[in-house]
Amino acid sequence: MDNQLLTVSPSPHIHSKYSVNTAMSRVIMSLIPALIVTIYFFGIGAMIITTIAMGSCMVFEILIKKYIFHEPVLVSDSSSLLTGLLLAFNLPSNLPIWIVILGSFIAIGVGKMTFGGLGKNPFNPALVGRVFLLICFPVEMTSWPLPLISRFSYLDAATGATPLTIMKDGFRNTIPVTEWMDNIPSHLQMVIGNMGGSMGEVAGLALLLGGIWLIITRIISWHIPVSIILTVLIFTGLFWFIDPVKYPDPLFHILTGGVLLGSFFMATDYVTSPMTSKGMCLYGIGIGIITVVIRNFGVYPEGVSFAILIMNGFVPLLNKYIKPKRYGEKLSYE
Amino acid sequence: MFFRKLKTFSKGGVHPLGKKVTQNKSIQTLPPPEKISLILKQHLGAPAIPVVEINERVKVGQLVARNNGYVSANIHSSVSGRVDKIEDVLDISGYKTKAITISAEGDDWDESIDRSPDVKHDFNLNSIEILKKIQDAGIVGLGGATFPSHVKLAIPFSKFANILILNGVECEPCLTSDHRLMIEKGEEILVGAKILMRAVHAHKTLIGIENNKPDAIKHLETLAKKYENIKVYALKAKYPQGSEKQLVKALIDKEIPNKGLPIDVHTIVDNVGTAFAVYEAVQKNKPLIERVVTVTGKYVKHPCNFLARIGTPIEHLVQAVGGLPENTGKIVMGGPMMGKSLSSLNYYVTKATNGLLVIPAEDSKREKVRECIRCAKCVSVCPVGLEPYKLMTLVERSQYDDIVEEKIDYCLECGSCSFVCPSYRPLLDYIRLGKSVIKKKTA
Repeated sequence: MDNQLLTVSPSPHIHSKYSVNTAMSRVIMSLIPALIVTIYFFGIGAMIITTIAMGSCMVFEILIKKYIFHEPVLVSDSSSLLTGLLLAFNLPSNLPIWIVILGSFIAIGVGKMTFGGLGKNPFNPALVGRVFLLICFPVEMTSWPLPLISRFSYLDAATGATPLTIMKDGFRNTIPVTEWMDNIPSHLQMVIGNMGGSMGEVAGLALLLGGIWLIITRIISWHIPVSIILTVLIFTGLFWFIDPVKYPDPLFHILTGGVLLGSFFMATDYVTSPMTSKGMCLYGIGIGIITVVIRNFGVYPEGVSFAILIMNGFVPLLNKYIKPKRYGEKLSYE
Repeated sequence: MFFRKLKTFSKGGVHPLGKKVTQNKSIQTLPPPEKISLILKQHLGAPAIPVVEINERVKVGQLVARNNGYVSANIHSSVSGRVDKIEDVLDISGYKTKAITISAEGDDWDESIDRSPDVKHDFNLNSIEILKKIQDAGIVGLGGATFPSHVKLAIPFSKFANILILNGVECEPCLTSDHRLMIEKGEEILVGAKILMRAVHAHKTLIGIENNKPDAIKHLETLAKKYENIKVYALKAKYPQGSEKQLVKALIDKEIPNKGLPIDVHTIVDNVGTAFAVYEAVQKNKPLIERVVTVTGKYVKHPCNFLARIGTPIEHLVQAVGGLPENTGKIVMGGPMMGKSLSSLNYYVTKATNGLLVIPAEDSKREKVRECIRCAKCVSVCPVGLEPYKLMTLVERSQYDDIVEEKIDYCLECGSCSFVCPSYRPLLDYIRLGKSVIKKKTA
């Protein structure tokens, strides 16, 4: 015993064994139901784009780490795979491969690595990639393949409008809600995912299940998704209450576009979301309001990506000024 | 709701896994060792002053060092024999400290100590007499803080306590010393509670026990039926519920102000072990010379709860469980979350030692530290509402004025932040560093 050396270190002597890698792989796992639904509706295109986006994100991260950072490459952390998957979920399923690769490059190269890699980026990398593509390739990025029909075609998929573009046209041409509602799927169809849109956005029920699983297993906290969804519900409900002829019901807004994907998976990105629960709620409310403002008054039919990126910019400020309530801060009692 | 909502504290907390393998092992009396070393500073406050000469004969329970001032505690010999030497040994933090070493000869107890096993219920002492007995017996808080009990129980004139809270939470994983004590000495603990209540003039006692000890809850609940003002509460198992502040919040939903004490919300919090020691001191005239120590570990052959004499060498405890396993990498005195790791076996059981944990080599090293991914886990688990990630960054940058602003002094050092950090960042280490720098600056 005398020769045996003991480790001496301060407490705690145990760890939860919950690592960055566990968190990232659990988020990826929670997206699998949505991925299955997407592949069911968009078929080959969805598979190609998901594989390319995930693969190229990982390759770009490794290359940048190796040749620019000169760091030992650890593929062990799956955060770049997650970025790739989320980027793919934000693209239409008939996008040419080279555009997907360019998007991955912008997401990883510009969105993440320019700031120093994991943990340092102020903006959600997948959304940086998506918004870049949306601005550079407006035509390709807004031609949405029809679900089911275009399952076996990729670039030549038949395209149609998303519920939100139909809504925007309705606003522009002052068509009452009841009329343009006939052109879009019923709420039930939208819950399942049978509508046009970005690959991952459509599978409402699957996203909801994955998100709830993440909250139950405490990978993410409930504050951000709940505050976004409630804000969207209340704010669109207000419009609907004032002018039900012009504006659609709040449930329509939740089920269409990226509200579910955004609130559970994009806005909750660890690196770019606030640290305190109060901050998270404010951040969520901000995202909700900006989303609805863009949808109802903006040029773009969809505003979740912009809303999240804008609120990402406020995160350092929220972290600095919003502090949790400390225990026993009140100095005197009674 | 179809199940009873369990009480707990509201903010933060973690659920460390750590099987309590010794929870069904009854307390075994460890035979007195050949030699004991009584560290003179095993309580908060001034070190005790030796009152014995070298080579003097002492009996079990004889005073060997008396308290030095009010905030200090008596120390009694836990064996009978001859005083060997009074010299420096290493204390648990690695500093040199004076200790009295006694070689044991026989087991000759002081005549005034009642060693009969039956429970003595009645007592007719007043508050001042009780406090005097507690002070004479050298009782300190046995939950870990080792604050002299007679000081805590002497309520200042301007304040009052109407609730006594007994802490049977034992939220540290692996440790079961309080758990076993509650099961085996439940009756004595309740009498101890009665004595403490009279000492501080409280009119009711709340006993908080985490619901991972259903047998202890049930046992004490049955025993407490006899006393109308003692109530047992099952608490949701969550670390660090055993902390005084969190326990008060859980049981009476009040927050102790920062830098304040439970007395500021009119309560007194004591460990169940302390209540038992008070019982023994008042009813049996027995000073604090023994305590329950859990010795456990993943590969330990016979993990067990021992009733060990204070001053017993750690080596003696280790031999009693079948020696150190081959691949031992770390030995921790206390629990895995807040215990201190030892550099060798040359340490001694003190009044604060509630457990000894033998950690195998594969679990004793920390993982590689990686970048903070700002996941906010540390913020969400902090039981006092701090932002550990921010404190760590500020200490790294030596921004010591800012950490005062961020209330670094609120930290309980419970270790929940380091425990959950997915990047294995040593958050608590930096917070401790920051706290010590500030202490030096203000001193």
